[in-house]
This record gives sequence, C-alpha cells and structure tokens, in this order.
Amino acid sequence: MDSFFRSEEMCLVQLFFQTESAHNCIDELGHLGLVQFKDLHPGTADFQRRFVKEVKKCEEMERILRFLKKEVITSNILIPADFTTERISLPRDVLDLESSFDKLEQELKEINSNRDTLRQNFTQLTEINHLLHMTDDFFVEVESQMTISELPSEDSVYSSRRASYASTNGSLKLGFVAGVIKHERFPAFEKILWRLFHGNFVLRHAEIKPHQEENMEEVFVKKDVFVVFVQGDQVRGKIRKLCDGFHASMYPCPNNAAARKEMRTNVNMRMEDLRLVLKRTEEFRVTTLTAAAANLREWTAKVKKMKAIYYTLNLCNIDITQKLIIAEIWCPVSDLSSVHAALIKGSEQTGSSVTPIMNRIHTQQTPPTFNRTNVFTSGFQNIIDAYGVGDYQEINPAPYTMVTFPFLFAVMFGDCGHGLLMTLLAVWLILHEEHFRKLKNELVDMLVSGRYIILLMGIYSIYTGLIYNDCFSKSFNLFGSSWSVRHMFHPQGPWTNETLHNSDYLQLDPLVSGVYSGNPYPFGIDPMWNIALNKLLFLNSYKMKMSVIIGVVHMLFGVMLSLGNYIFFRNFKDVVLKFIPELVFMLSLFGYLTFLILYKWCVVIKSDSAPSILLLFINMMFFDYSSNGAMLYKTQKPVQIFLVVVAGVMVPWLLFAKPLLMYREHKQSKLKPSPNKLPMQDFGNFIQEPLEKSKEKISMGDIFVYQGIHTIEYCLGCISNTASYLRLWALSLAHAELSEVLWKMVLQVALRVTSGMGSVLLAVTFATFAVLTVTILLVMEGLSAFLHALRLHWVEFQNKFYQGSGYKFSPLSFDKMLNMK
Amino acid sequence: MAFVIPMVVFTLFWGFVGGVVPWFIPKGPNRGVIVTMLVLTAVCCYLFWLIAILSQLNPLFGPALSNNTIWYLQFHWP
Repeated sequence: MDSFFRSEEMCLVQLFFQTESAHNCIDELGHLGLVQFKDLHPGTADFQRRFVKEVKKCEEMERILRFLKKEVITSNILIPADFTTERISLPRDVLDLESSFDKLEQELKEINSNRDTLRQNFTQLTEINHLLHMTDDFFVEVESQMTISELPSEDSVYSSRRASYASTNGSLKLGFVAGVIKHERFPAFEKILWRLFHGNFVLRHAEIKPHQEENMEEVFVKKDVFVVFVQGDQVRGKIRKLCDGFHASMYPCPNNAAARKEMRTNVNMRMEDLRLVLKRTEEFRVTTLTAAAANLREWTAKVKKMKAIYYTLNLCNIDITQKLIIAEIWCPVSDLSSVHAALIKGSEQTGSSVTPIMNRIHTQQTPPTFNRTNVFTSGFQNIIDAYGVGDYQEINPAPYTMVTFPFLFAVMFGDCGHGLLMTLLAVWLILHEEHFRKLKNELVDMLVSGRYIILLMGIYSIYTGLIYNDCFSKSFNLFGSSWSVRHMFHPQGPWTNETLHNSDYLQLDPLVSGVYSGNPYPFGIDPMWNIALNKLLFLNSYKMKMSVIIGVVHMLFGVMLSLGNYIFFRNFKDVVLKFIPELVFMLSLFGYLTFLILYKWCVVIKSDSAPSILLLFINMMFFDYSSNGAMLYKTQKPVQIFLVVVAGVMVPWLLFAKPLLMYREHKQSKLKPSPNKLPMQDFGNFIQEPLEKSKEKISMGDIFVYQGIHTIEYCLGCISNTASYLRLWALSLAHAELSEVLWKMVLQVALRVTSGMGSVLLAVTFATFAVLTVTILLVMEGLSAFLHALRLHWVEFQNKFYQGSGYKFSPLSFDKMLNMK
Repeated sequence: MAFVIPMVVFTLFWGFVGGVVPWFIPKGPNRGVIVTMLVLTAVCCYLFWLIAILSQLNPLFGPALSNNTIWYLQFHWP
C-alpha cells in the first residue's frame, strides 16, 4: 500500500445538509475522525460568527462543570472512571443540560453558604462555651486577690460583697471585658493594653484546648480566651474599639456564677441542636455531590463535543433561506464512501428525508498532508513532522527512518550490554503501557510514546555492540583471535625472553609469518585489540573510514529519493537539470573516496609505503602529483584527473542550465498571446475557481539567485555533510571510553581487593557502577546519540530531497479530543 | 579458505533476509512497510559487518601489548 511512502491523496468536498440534521451529521463525522473542515469565513473574528452565543453557553457549562469537579474532589468523593458515550447529542440536549447545570450550581451554592453560616454559629457557641468555662477560674482568682488586698472583714456573704463593691467602693469598682482572640495576636494585644492603661488593668488569658469531637472545622485556628479587668466604664468603650481592631470577638459574660451556669447549659443545648443540623447539611451535600459525580465525566464529554460541533458550524456557510448548511471539507479520497455512510446515518437519526449531498470540487489550493499511521509507525512519523510536515504527496522519509534512525543511533551507541538493557526497558514500557499512561507525567508520556523507537534502538545496539566487540567495555572471544603472540618468539620471530625483560611493551608485526593468521576475525573486531595498548590507533582509523562510507551511502540514498519525487510529479526536466549533475558530482568525488578506502583495505601494501587517503584526496583536488608520489594503483593519476574535471563540469551545469532554460521558455511564452481567462461563476454562496491561472511574471534575477544558492548549498554541503558524519566515530569513541573508565576505575578496583572485606566493598561498588552506568551511559549518552542521529536525518539526509513545507491534516476527531484530557 | 566461509555465510544470510523473505510477507496494509524495513535492515547490517571484516583483512600494524599480557598470551593462547 502506497499510503505510508507518500501522503494520501486528498480531495475537497462540498457538503450540503439541512439545518436540522446538521448537528447529527457533524456528530457522526466527528466520531469518524477523517474529515477536516475548512474555514469559509477566514476574515471574521470569533465574536462575529453565527453561533457565538451557543459557544458561550457551552463555555458557561464547562465552568459549572469545573466548579462541580472541584467540589467533588474537595469532599473526597470518587469519580467513577468508565462511562458510556451516547452517540446522540441533539440541540435539545443543550437546553436540558444547561437548565440542570444551573439548578445544580444554585443548589450547591446554597448548601455551601448555609453550611458556612452554621459553622460560624457553631464556632461562636464553642468559643462562648470555653469562655464561660475558663472565666470561672479567673473570677475566683481575682476575687481571692481582692479579699486579700481588702481590709479584713470576712463575715460578708461572698456574692453580696462583690455587689457591694460595685456600688459602694467607687474607687475600686472593677469592670471586665471577656472575649476570644487569635493566639498569635495576643502578645500585641497585651502590649497595646499596657500602653493604654499604663498597667492599670488585670489581664488573664488561657489557650483554648478543644475536645476531640468538637473539632468540626476544616482548619483549626488557635485561639485564646482573655478577660480584662479595668476600672471605670468609659474605658470599656476603648477596649471594645481595641478588640474590634484586633478582630477579637467579645462575648457578654455575666457577673455571677449562677448566671454563668445557666448560660452554659443554654449554650450546650444550642450546640447540640446545631451539631445535628450541621450533620444533616453535610449528608445532604455529600448525596448531591455523589449523584453529580456519577454523571460528571459523561457531561464533560458531552459538553466538549457540543462545543466542538458549534465551533465547526461556525466554520460553515448558512444559506439565505436558513434551511441549508454548506461546508467544505478536506477528506482522503479512499475514505469518501465511509464519510458518505456517516452522513446518511446522521440524517437518518433526525428522520429527515433528504440525504446530504457530497460534491467533489477541483481546486488549485494545496491540500493538507495526511500520513496514516498505526501505533508502531506514529512515533517515527512524529519525529519527522517535528522538523517539518512534508509537502502534499512528496516522499515521506518516515518508512526509511524506521530503520536508518535506530541504526545510526546504534553505530554511535555500540555496546551490546547497554543495548540489552535498553531493549529490556523498551519491552517493559510496551507491556505496561496502560499503567504508565495513567501516571500523567510529561517525561514518562514522552518515553511511552517513543517505546517502539527505543525497542528498535536497543536491538540494533546489540548488533553493533557485537560487531564492535564491546560489552560493558569487555570483548568476547568466540572464534579465536587472528593474532598470535607465540609466533613472535624464536624460532619464527625476533623476540626472545631477553627482549621481554628489557622493555615494558612490545608491538606485534604482521609481516612476521604466523603472527597474523591471514584470516580476519569472522564477526566483528578482533578481541586482541581490546587488550592492546594501541587499541585507539586502530579503532580510530576503522571508525572514521566507516563513518565516511556510511555517510556517503546515506546521502546517495537521499539523492535517489529525490529522483522518486521528480518522477512522481512528472518533472522530467529536473531529472536532467538537477538530479543527474548532483548524482555525478557526489559519485565522482565522494564515491571515489569510498572506493579508495575499500581498495586500500583489500589490497596488500607494505606499511612504510602506504599512502594516506586523506593526503591522496587533498592532492587530487589540487591536481598536485609532485610529492613522492606513492599511488595506490597504476592508473590512478589519469583516473583522478578525469573525475575532478567531471565534477568541475557539473557545477556550472547545476548553476546555469535550469535558469537559462526557464529564461528561454519565458521569452517564448511572451511572444504568444496570453490565454483567455475563464469567466468566474458565482452561484449564491459558492464560487468555482478558475481552472487556469494566468502565467505569473517570472523574475530572472530571482531564479538565478535561487539556483545559485542551491548549487552552493549542494556542493559545499557535500563536503561538510560528509565530514558531519564523522560524529558517528566521535560519539562511539566517547561511549567506549566512558564505559572503559567506569570499568577500570570503579568495578575493577573492587574486584582486585583480596581481603575478606572485599565482598562488602564489591557490593557497594557494584551499586555505584550500576547507578553510573544507567545515568551516564544509558540516559546521557542515549539522549546524546538520539539527538545526533536525529540531526543527521533532519539535515544531512533530508536536505537532499525533502521540502517539508506542507501543513498537517487535523481532522475533527472526538476520540483525540476526549483522550487529550 | 577461512576467509571465504564467513564471507559466503553472511552474504547469503543477509541476502536471504533482504531478498527472499520479502516475498513471503502476507498481503495486507503493512506489507510495504515491512518489506522496506527488511531490505533496509539487511543492507545496513551487511554493510556494517562487511566494513568491519574488510578493515582487518590486511593490517598495516599489529597490536602493542604489555609485558604481562605477552607472558600470559604466550602460554595460554594458541
């Protein structure tokens, strides 16, 4: 099936349906999710559209739903997770839902305010209760003080003395004010009282310690009970004002004990009543909220759908007679029948006799780009689209990226132990996808949506790790090394035990017979290199040449894909004017470089006369054959001169051929008379576009500049992009070195300890090794290699053929809309 | 001789994966994608293996080993 290699063929369709069945039809299309509505009023603002009132109503309903949800969550009521989606949501439903929402909101608001008032009353009563309880002690204390300070006359009755005090001894007349104040404000309160009365007062306070069952408030505020004893009446007014300033609540407290007791019983009774009422209110609130919570998800989904439908209706045209709605949609050609079926279903639901009409129209506008993806391919399509959505029907790089991206990642990651860990992580993510999606964490979401990418990256990393012969920086020796140390010693070779004693290290010589077996290690890099001191000398040369070869092959692949684009769009001129010079240029220079690398590997050379490929290449470009002139093969000089000349010829071909051709065509068309434009037809609200546009003015300067830029970009880009692929070498070297450091300086240290404590040390060191491996080598290096592989695709590969300036197909889809929340 | 065997084996293996298996993929919406993936995998992996083995075919210099390593290898490796 062609659809993933190119974006799908789209068509513009006009839909006509009756106003009554519009709602249902759009509902059906939304469930289908294959149709993008075009905006037929592109200039109008949101508030000028026809259905703006209905959209506002939906938004109001959403607000009420959010308020309900908040209330439900604060009361710790569970919202049931699953709900059935009803397919029908008629305009009548809007009114129903609206009225029920309003009613619910009113009810809830009333309940809440009642509850708050009741709670306030209850708090007050509790405070009075505590106040009465504690002021008993104060009065006893103060009275005892008075009896001591007074001249002794103990025969008077307890209470009458106090009354006589109030009436007879004017100078010692004590009034008091009792109240409750917040605990943290009390010190400031006391200070100001001191300043006011210059110490002429008695202040007693105690903290309220609540009983357990009385704690009916959500937040408990610490409060203190205080009693101020002062002389005189006027001062009471001052204290009252002070209390108001400190938001302390004052309560009338009777003088004598009996009245206080009576008040206490009163208060307790009222508290009992209030408690009952509060409980009932709470229960009623919980019942209402639970009933609402059961439908909450369904209502949210319905309101969202309705809002989307009204928004879509705003994009359409209403006929003058108010009976017909006209919409223009983009739709994939292969799905036309299912769209038609959905429309018929929608109109049947309203019982209307007239089926909606679909009228396919031809247009010059560019359709949106639609790539049908499944759960496996969508990750790769997303990373391609992140750089730029493809032009309509140009080649989609995604199917090739599915292999080349994990492969290039693996070339840079190259360790089969780490690759195995990555594969296991990916398998775990795939198996437990549901569980991870529920966590709703952004980072985890990103990991989960890329789980298949990670799986492929891990599998290819295992393969490249086996070829690099690198598993947590150690090598496997499965087939026997091709290098033999024994043959370096007498009698075959130059070494003796003397030579061994005299130097710290020695180098094997492949020219001594038997040292190198003549057959390379059959799968990957020889394990002898892992223990060699000059390992990097060999590996660097190998990896750099490998990067160049892979880079040239990848870029040639990109150029071939551009041929595919030219053929599809029947652009045969560009095949000759652009594709052939590009291909020849790249092959003659960089294809030849690849040939040199492969030739030098395959041919036996004496090591002291081996020419450096880099120098050969540079001298070739400068036509410099004067140096000692070690050539790789006999006819190298003429072949190289020929290739450079051919490449040199390609540059002006690329630069001038196309603009000159267009200039000639432009001149020829100016001589011919211009074709008549078809008259534009206006039928009511829809316009049929003219099938032939007049030829635009071509500016020759623009064309030359554009082609010049393209030529320079391509030719210089060939060199810089080939060098850019050297990052494959650089990152794999960094990865190998990091894992070797972790082995040598972390794990090996613990493995060499010989004492008994070594096992404990090993356990601790292995934990460190594991943590460092995961964070540095898997996460950091993984992200780094991911990024660089992505850059190689986005820039070096795609600039050979990809335009990437299209816009994405965004259908009206209820599934996507509801799943996003 | 011992070079020809791995050459033939791997060429045949990746040739099988990239050239023969695609014919047996059942027709369905994903056939094109699966075939592309098989061919590209075969090409990439074969090329990578080929580069590794060709680079070691005619070495210009040998590994440099420390004394202890030489001592050990002299007795334990063939």
